[in-house]
Amino acid sequence: MSQTSIEVREIAKKYRLGRIGFTSLRAELERWWSGRRGRPLAAEPEDFWALRDVSFDVAPGEIVGIIGGNGAGKSTMLKILSEITEPTAGEIRLRGQVASLLEVGTGFHPELSGRDNIFLNGATLGMKRAEIRRKFDEIVAFAGVEKFLDTPVKRYSSGMYVRLAFAVAAHLEPDILLVDEVLAVGDHAFQQKCLGKMEAVARHDGRTVLFVSHNMSAVSRLCHRAMLFEGGRLLAQGAAPSVVDQYLAKATAVRGRWHRPSGQKGHAKVSLVGGRLLSPSGAPADVLPHDAPVTIELECEERDVTAAWVLRISLYDQQGHELWATQDIEVASQRMPRPGATLVARCRFASPLLKPGVYTVGVSACELAGDAPVALYEEYEPLFAFEISAQGYAGTIGRGLVRPNIEWSFAWRT
Amino acid sequence: MSHLERIIRPRRAWFSIDWRRLLQYRDLLWTLVRRDFVARYQQTILGPAWFVIQPLVASLAFTAVFGRALHTSTDQVNPFLFYLCGMLPWGFFSNILSNAGNTFQANAAVFTKVYFPRLIVPCAVVIGCLAPLALQLVVFLAFYLPAVAGGHTAGPDWTLLALLPLVTLQLSLLGLGTSLLTSGFSAKYRDLQHALPFLVQIWLFVTPVIYPVSQLGPRARVLAGFNPLTPLVESFRRAFFGTGTVTPVLMGMSLAGTLLLLAAGLYSFQRAERTFADTV
Repeated sequence: MSQTSIEVREIAKKYRLGRIGFTSLRAELERWWSGRRGRPLAAEPEDFWALRDVSFDVAPGEIVGIIGGNGAGKSTMLKILSEITEPTAGEIRLRGQVASLLEVGTGFHPELSGRDNIFLNGATLGMKRAEIRRKFDEIVAFAGVEKFLDTPVKRYSSGMYVRLAFAVAAHLEPDILLVDEVLAVGDHAFQQKCLGKMEAVARHDGRTVLFVSHNMSAVSRLCHRAMLFEGGRLLAQGAAPSVVDQYLAKATAVRGRWHRPSGQKGHAKVSLVGGRLLSPSGAPADVLPHDAPVTIELECEERDVTAAWVLRISLYDQQGHELWATQDIEVASQRMPRPGATLVARCRFASPLLKPGVYTVGVSACELAGDAPVALYEEYEPLFAFEISAQGYAGTIGRGLVRPNIEWSFAWRT
Repeated sequence: MSHLERIIRPRRAWFSIDWRRLLQYRDLLWTLVRRDFVARYQQTILGPAWFVIQPLVASLAFTAVFGRALHTSTDQVNPFLFYLCGMLPWGFFSNILSNAGNTFQANAAVFTKVYFPRLIVPCAVVIGCLAPLALQLVVFLAFYLPAVAGGHTAGPDWTLLALLPLVTLQLSLLGLGTSLLTSGFSAKYRDLQHALPFLVQIWLFVTPVIYPVSQLGPRARVLAGFNPLTPLVESFRRAFFGTGTVTPVLMGMSLAGTLLLLAAGLYSFQRAERTFADTV
């Protein structure tokens, strides 16, 4: 029968903590000098295994979702598969042409026209010139930028920019496509279009897709199979819905609050350091009564940031349905970046609205251009879970996703 | 499904470059050459004219300072033509080094997101630098040809003139090798990023661009021999004016130096390529 498309055998990846980031020549010389004098300067940095003993197979034409919390090793896996970095041990066999999409618009040059950038981006992703020329009209139509082909892309609206970038990527025809979170940007309609395109690529063209995502409902819907990573290991794999359930069950174990683990360094521009659920009185909580307003507080460290940025909060139910997503766009435009400061943001919504049950909160921070998010700083899906108790809840829990105050009344007409 | 099969495993060899893959990405090479050319002079009024304004102004300044004020020897060649000629190989070389000498840091955003053989980028810079060289040559000839016709300056050394493409090839390899070496080094140590413009500046002074080798004392001349750029710049002058010190020993040393730098550069570059994404 047909061979596997991807074979991963005992892949491991080691990083040296404390060595991540740039070393300066001086630091290296100091280390060397103190080493020579037999006095180690500081304890040797500890090894950190981003991946350990990961093995799996993917069959041709399969769409496989890779899920897991932050730091679980999903992105490292994708980087190794796309040859951006080397594994420390193990072996991978990839049968067919590979294209990876870790970001939309990689290699776009702001000064060049849309036309030039289609060729540049296509070539960067591994397309041949003739291939790009053949698909050129299709790409332009998909992005809807016909009128602006000869305009430098720096004059594009961010929406147009993302559309053009995705259009190029969507027309790649590799046998194996590796995709990371690229769908986190762009408006909803466009995201749907992208997901549809990805589905079509795998279903009808028999291509293999590996898809790292935080979007559980997308994974459940699109993927045949899912793999759950945790702490650098492949924890589970199998039918997408059941692996998603397993992940959500784990995710909901973290209740009410979250702190960034001390080992994690976070994004260089904006980094989330904490998040918690607050009761109406402002005290931290992990369970709230049905009729209490819900407040979510987030703490973000502004580091090397110059552009405006936004926070997004999504609320998911226990099945992974996204009940809603909200961005602090109105207030974000009122604040100037303050590098070094810690921003405390609060998001409050009135109740009663949520049915009794367990909910998870997803958070992301994005750079903003105009009114559209362009680059993702950090994303936590989910950040933490909380519970809405049946307290203050009158009546039976019916079907449906939410439970606002609903009043029935009647009168007789005689 | 195509029959391509790729195997990814840790590379243990101290030196490994996948030349076949490099060839597969040649379309990207040309696209990058085009990008560098188009992007550099977008939104400038004079556009590619800047390629010739820079050496022209530099040569005028050298003529005023070194020719008129300090009376530096130019081997009986018209000072302006002498400097303009020296700027051809020097401009080409320094252009390569300035644009490709920090490949990893300058392309960090792309290198951490997509794979292609990283060597494509500095190679594209070298090829891209041939365009300004050609433009500068045209400008040089516009001054040179009337001067030769009018008998104001000595004529060419035909043998060396015929060999100039080879000299240019060696200049390219020297520029590439040096850039690969500094790129590999600055991928790990940021220090060199700041040192690069400085390195280019110093290199200008130790290379016979604003003076001929014939003006150097015997000891300085030996030292100048260790600069692989020396006989290459002198070759350009010899080709056009019949002056300039180009000996087999100097050329031999220069060739050896070029190959050594190229080998060291390739080595340091491919080492950096493997781990760069982890350290950025």
